[in-house]
Amino acid sequence: MATLEELAQAVVDGDETQVVELTKSLLGSGVNPQDIINKGLMAGIEKVGELFQKNEMFVPEVLMSAEALKAGMELVLKETQQGVEVTSKGTVVMGTVEGDLHDIGKNLVCMMLESNGFKVYDLGVDVKPEKFVEAAKQYNADIVGMSALLTTTMVNMKSTIDALAAAGMRDKVKVIVGGAPITQKFADEIGADGYAPDAAGAVDLCRRLAG
Amino acid sequence: MDYKPVRTFNELAIKSLDDFVYGVAPNPVKAKNGMVIGGGTVYPEVNMTLPPMKIDESTISEVYRQYSEMIEGILKRAKELYAPGIIVEVELLPETTMKPEWGFEIVKILLDKMREYQDKYGLKSLLRCTPNDVREMIRPPFMRRGEMLESMIATFEKCAEYGADILSIESTGGKELHDEALVNCDIRKAIFALGVLGVRDMRFLWSKIVEIAQKTGSIAGGDTACGFANTALALAEQGMIPRVFAAVDRVAVVPRSLTAFEMGATGPDKDCGYEGPYMKAIAGVPISMEGKTAACAHLSAMGNIAACVCDMWSNESVQNIKLLSAPAPVAYTEQLIYDCRLMNEAAADGREYALKMRDWLARSDAKLDPQAYVLRPDIVLEISKELVKEKDPFIATKKAAALAVDVIKRGMEKGEVMVLPREKRWLDIISSQIEKIPDDEEKFWHELQKELDLTKWRPEEYDLEVTAAK
Repeated sequence: MATLEELAQAVVDGDETQVVELTKSLLGSGVNPQDIINKGLMAGIEKVGELFQKNEMFVPEVLMSAEALKAGMELVLKETQQGVEVTSKGTVVMGTVEGDLHDIGKNLVCMMLESNGFKVYDLGVDVKPEKFVEAAKQYNADIVGMSALLTTTMVNMKSTIDALAAAGMRDKVKVIVGGAPITQKFADEIGADGYAPDAAGAVDLCRRLAG
Repeated sequence: MDYKPVRTFNELAIKSLDDFVYGVAPNPVKAKNGMVIGGGTVYPEVNMTLPPMKIDESTISEVYRQYSEMIEGILKRAKELYAPGIIVEVELLPETTMKPEWGFEIVKILLDKMREYQDKYGLKSLLRCTPNDVREMIRPPFMRRGEMLESMIATFEKCAEYGADILSIESTGGKELHDEALVNCDIRKAIFALGVLGVRDMRFLWSKIVEIAQKTGSIAGGDTACGFANTALALAEQGMIPRVFAAVDRVAVVPRSLTAFEMGATGPDKDCGYEGPYMKAIAGVPISMEGKTAACAHLSAMGNIAACVCDMWSNESVQNIKLLSAPAPVAYTEQLIYDCRLMNEAAADGREYALKMRDWLARSDAKLDPQAYVLRPDIVLEISKELVKEKDPFIATKKAAALAVDVIKRGMEKGEVMVLPREKRWLDIISSQIEKIPDDEEKFWHELQKELDLTKWRPEEYDLEVTAAK
């Protein structure tokens, strides 16, 4: 009989076929669907997060794990129809600041957050402060994330924080920043709640801030 | 409209490893002031950018002041250190490209000061002007029309008319798809992005840049795969993707970067194109390279090996902040000058000494990282020799990736290059992905479009028709 540990490992391995087979087997054996999710699928993706954080997994491997997780989740939800809770770790609104078009780092953070159970709304590049505010309101965001690669656009992060304050939103959302020229000192100076140097750090930061 | 290459490269410009060395290119480029790039001397190329600050109407005078301060410091240091000449690169920012009059004013400030130093002190210098590829400010980008393209071209024109010596760009056609390929380590999509989208866009763009250069007397320098293989490099350095993937991607960008020269560019190729040695081997153009002196901008595993066959030696970009000695652009000018002095001094004692220096530079890096290994001069010649046999850039791109995998695998077996244990399986994954790519470009496009998010880019901007139903 399949075990929840095997299912978790299949998620870590990014083996979608194996995840589907094991999930079917576990459901067929009468294992509680909530346990399949929490102790099998989610346990696997938690492990993936740890390995990624330690630089022991590459992004494409994490994405494969996320796909495998998704396949398993869909199967559980389909088979059980209802009564299974899948909770989001938090809602994040993310964008590259006004004037900047560099977005691969930001895209990477979005992917990693989604893979780790966050709901992410990606606003794209060249995002004006008012657009961040509007999206944070609309999606009831827990976190607003901003990225910049240029020394001439990083200053626009402060404008967004000011706009959130002016809209009465500053105490409702946490603000995180990142990008090549950004430092913890700069984040502190502009009043951000957190800074992460890379995608793995951003996931960890969001976990702490949304927790 | 079909933008056809004006020349093709059917054989290597450099036929012997002993002729593949820094400072000397088969087709040197002579500038209006008499400076010759690739004619025996390696010149420093310094690039600078602004400190953290906003660029708008209220700050533009401060922006001009910053550039004025930087160029004065750079030229003064170059004069003090008896530099045989210097190249200054200005990579215009999005704001100073979208407003051509701002970009022009910056170029004017730089050129006026450079001319003053030539007249007063005899210090020869050239300005490389690199407008920002602002087309991607609009998503999905319009590659061949619209306000962004018009501003960018106007910036090129105005700056060239005022006397910018060398025109370059880090073009981004195909990046929309290549970014996705990188994070998924999908070499199939990367090959399509580079060998089809990148090449088609560069043919379009470089036909325009070469035309401007011919009209104004500027030199059409070259493009780089900065948005492509350098992004891979950065991701690999952060542990996000395997280094072997970045190394394969570096070689796969060769046919794309070569397009500039097929369209009439003459070099010097641009610094951040670490694939530059392939350009020199195939097209014989002089190249600018960056390595350890670009540590101010990014980490790389190629700090020394990048210098092996360079004709100009650069720092990529450094912001105008004060260090203990001087503002950073001035300090980096000094470092570049000393590096060039050493290379030139070795070469002055005879070719054998230059080759010895080249080999030390190569050996000190090549074994430690596959990205450095694929830049080893003999490897560059070996791969380039195979690439010139291919007439079609898509097939050449596919072949380049396959050759890179083979060379790295062979290097591992011979103990010539270190590959981390967890990366080894990726070479097989990449190989199997390449094997699945058909040789027929149309067939590949038909297959691939079902997997692509066509809301993120515009196939029609690359003369592609969507034919497959999802």
